[in-house]
Amino acid sequence: MKALLKKVVETFGPSGREDAIRQLLLDEIKPYVDRTFIDNMGNLHAVKEGKGARVMVAAHMDEIGFVVTHIDEKGFLRISPVGGVAPVRCLYQRVLLENGARGVVGVESVKNPNDIDFSKLYVDIGARDEKEARKLAQEGLFGAFLNEMTEMNGLITAKSLDDRVGCVIAVEAARQLKKSPNEIHFVFTVQEEVGLRGAIAAAYNIEPDLGIALDVTGTGDTPDAPKMPMKLREGVAVKIKDNSLLVPRRVKDFFMRVAEKNKIIYQPEILTFGGTDAGAINLSRSGVLAGCLSIPTRYIHSVSETASLSDIEEAIKLLVKILESDVKKELED
Amino acid sequence: MKTEDMLKALTEAPGISGAEDDVAHLLRNYFARLADEATIDKFQNVIGVKKGRTSGGKVMMAAHIDQIGFLVKTFDKGGFIRLAAVGGHDPRVLPGQSVVIYGKEQVRGIIGTTPPHLQKPGDTAKITSLDDLYVDTGLDEITLKSKVQVGDPVLFDNVCTELQGGLYAGAAMDNRAGVLVLLETLKILEKMRHDWDVYMVGTVQEEVGTRGAAMTAYEIAPDVGIAIDVTFGDFPGIPERDTAKLGKGGAVAIGPNFHPALTEKLMELAQEWEVPFQKEFIPRPGGTDAVSMQIAARGVPMVQVSIPLRYMHTTVETLDLKDIKRAARLLALFAAQLEQTHREVLG
Amino acid sequence: MIHILEKYSKAFGVSGHEEDIRRRIEESVRDHVDSLSTDFMGNLYAHKPCGRKNAPHLLLVAHMDEVGLLINGVESNGMLRFVLVGGVDPRLLVSKRVILGKERVPGVIGAKPIHLQSRDEWKSPIPLSGLYIDIGASDEKEAAAKVPPGTAGTFHTFFEAQEDVVFGKAFDDRAGCALITELLMTEEDESYPVDITAVFTVQEEVGLRGASLLAERVRPDFVIAFEGTTAGDVPRDDYASPSTEMRKGPAISFMDRTAIGSPRLIEHLKKTAEKNKIPFQMKKTVSGGTDIGVIHTKGGIPSVVVSVPVRYIHAPRGILAVEDYKNTIRLAKAALMNFKEVL
Repeated sequence: MKALLKKVVETFGPSGREDAIRQLLLDEIKPYVDRTFIDNMGNLHAVKEGKGARVMVAAHMDEIGFVVTHIDEKGFLRISPVGGVAPVRCLYQRVLLENGARGVVGVESVKNPNDIDFSKLYVDIGARDEKEARKLAQEGLFGAFLNEMTEMNGLITAKSLDDRVGCVIAVEAARQLKKSPNEIHFVFTVQEEVGLRGAIAAAYNIEPDLGIALDVTGTGDTPDAPKMPMKLREGVAVKIKDNSLLVPRRVKDFFMRVAEKNKIIYQPEILTFGGTDAGAINLSRSGVLAGCLSIPTRYIHSVSETASLSDIEEAIKLLVKILESDVKKELED
Repeated sequence: MKTEDMLKALTEAPGISGAEDDVAHLLRNYFARLADEATIDKFQNVIGVKKGRTSGGKVMMAAHIDQIGFLVKTFDKGGFIRLAAVGGHDPRVLPGQSVVIYGKEQVRGIIGTTPPHLQKPGDTAKITSLDDLYVDTGLDEITLKSKVQVGDPVLFDNVCTELQGGLYAGAAMDNRAGVLVLLETLKILEKMRHDWDVYMVGTVQEEVGTRGAAMTAYEIAPDVGIAIDVTFGDFPGIPERDTAKLGKGGAVAIGPNFHPALTEKLMELAQEWEVPFQKEFIPRPGGTDAVSMQIAARGVPMVQVSIPLRYMHTTVETLDLKDIKRAARLLALFAAQLEQTHREVLG
Repeated sequence: MIHILEKYSKAFGVSGHEEDIRRRIEESVRDHVDSLSTDFMGNLYAHKPCGRKNAPHLLLVAHMDEVGLLINGVESNGMLRFVLVGGVDPRLLVSKRVILGKERVPGVIGAKPIHLQSRDEWKSPIPLSGLYIDIGASDEKEAAAKVPPGTAGTFHTFFEAQEDVVFGKAFDDRAGCALITELLMTEEDESYPVDITAVFTVQEEVGLRGASLLAERVRPDFVIAFEGTTAGDVPRDDYASPSTEMRKGPAISFMDRTAIGSPRLIEHLKKTAEKNKIPFQMKKTVSGGTDIGVIHTKGGIPSVVVSVPVRYIHAPRGILAVEDYKNTIRLAKAALMNFKEVL
């Protein structure tokens, strides 16, 4: 799982440019499912057939990044964020463009660090002048950050655990799943970071009975953190609420019941900001029961997102057990 | 079923967004008595159907049953509880409020405050944010945790109080007032002939983004939609043009969210039958169930009537019962002749 | 060619009050399409099928509505109070002329003479609550009879040509409406190899409302939105992206706040432009949104936005270069004619 995770987090794929990560995930999950396809939006679907409830498991494969909006007269690339990127977290990061060009994020001189916004940032691709820059890059190219995954005392630190960790949980669950009465759609969604767009399209087409998003969540376990119950190493988080979703009681109870029965370590999640693909699934057509299994993660939307391997293992176990149960029956009131 | 009694029962039934079960069941029981069908869907939306003579069309009247509140977020040492907001709260109304935690059993608590004697100079000019407020149940940590879990709903302790002149005050008038309009409309429709099927829907999760209305409007796909909610009542310091007067009837909404000709018909009807009403101008769609109903699936032409309400999103939301009865009368008249109106306006 | 833009720019059509502009568009496109229809919100649909089986179905979309204001109160002295409809910078309002309602009642937004202001007053913008519309009425009764609360208004500006540019209001998005109209006006011997549904939408400026119905009602295979968009090639202090520049041709968006452009469609437009030697530019900002935002996620529909650069959108008067307008038509027409290259 660790080797797969390393490969997956280090693969390029900002929102709207998920081709490389999609190909990798397709290769990884294909042996474990009955069929795969890519929809018009770009979502990757991997389906395990079944006669029971139709369950959509969504993990978004896009990552935050940026897009080149302009090339200035000195040959520096001017950029805008793709997804929720904090300008100060970009400073001096190494980046990769979709055409393979590499660069580093620089900043104009500012008196006050609080004044840093995207209009003051640029990407230096080593060009001597505008002409050379235009050969190496063009307006409209998407880019993402570079960083290697590292391990520290049972925790892993990497870029884009949000939400490649969800992708890996989905692949692992597909691999470990033995018998399930359900029709399971593992969907690796696109464009989550710019507004849950891939999940909206996929849920609209699939019309599932239950949606399960796999994503990261914030924690309250670092110095002067926001007051939230989630902590690293205390198991998979079962979502109760975020800004996109109030998880219906029967869904949340079902997940917790399965966890308790199988002695899987879990914790309740109350996130006071943000949203996940589960929110989009919930609002599809006339409404879909949806919930979310989350990995408590520190430093989300930085190049050093940090989570616990043990929590990831618990999440895989819980997802497998949920998918193996008779979802239709479990969701009856 | 006296109107006053229903108002009291409806406002005192708990129903935080996302866990509307109690108020949903209460409403279903009312619908069962006044309509032909009464069901609750998987999200706790409550749907009451009153069949028309021809069933030539469907009108959906929606009022949200959820109310703002909190969830238990974390426990602090010593048995204190921190809250996560559900819906929009003014942090200034929170200190000193009595609350009820709906855990394994109901647990009473108070949102703690610092007595003046212990405050620092200048503290009275500061506003304490929700993150710094806490609920004190008086229980020790172990006892508390045996009764209460992370995620349990927390609501203001609510008693519906009658004021002078037929005014009522309490929490959750937003939007149990609208729910009561649905019921009063049904009462009147029992004595009227109407052609279309009337779908009365108590919607969930309005306060977190009009979610129940989006779901039910997609499912029912009505020919005409009516949103019933509350609007800002007159209050010193707010310009008159931004408010509706208590006791002067429901406020009919005008703006891009609403079908102009249907709205015009509604107002003509009010004038013809001498039902007092007011106008409310809403330049940008948003704020009520109408916003998601209008664009559900292939779209729904909407009208909206709102009950004037003072002190919205506090524990002392105040309304005039007359406005509820008048709004109901107007909507019953409107529903009864919708087949004809629809043919004229949209046919 | 520019007379259609002129006709549309002059039309009245604040969000939710699009009757006049809709009537004008109907008039212009009627003879060039198979059928016209509207829905309950007032979106105008023009159907132009190609008659071939299995042809791809394209939705061309431009919004009819414009930003403006809504009267919401009358003072006892006959002055009108108002709120804004859509994104208007309140600092632009003072000292402007407006027209109100179906009768096009003229009014002015005045201000206290500078002579009577304190030095401090100069330094801060006048808030909306400090602005009134004066229609010359002597009291509340007279004013309300002429302009009752609920009346919509827009800037009173004239359309004029000067050398190779035109001045006018509401080029966002009457330019888009005019472009689509020109595309529908095919010669007898030409026909697109695609089925076209052109929709002129309502209420874009108040939250992409009209377009929210289109995915379900039209069910297209592809969507192209036409916009009049921000041209920022004007003096600026700091470094800032110009977004688009006048006289540099149609602007293609790779991304905005509401959608990421389909790489296939973007590539098709670029190639078409290069092959036909039509100048084009990429839009160099990602702010703003279009109707595509609420259409393309319903199942996943490849979409792209093509825009004419306009200086000073959402203001009383904008400037547009005629050559950009013409080049946008050329590009869009050529891209539709050889659309099979996308498939």
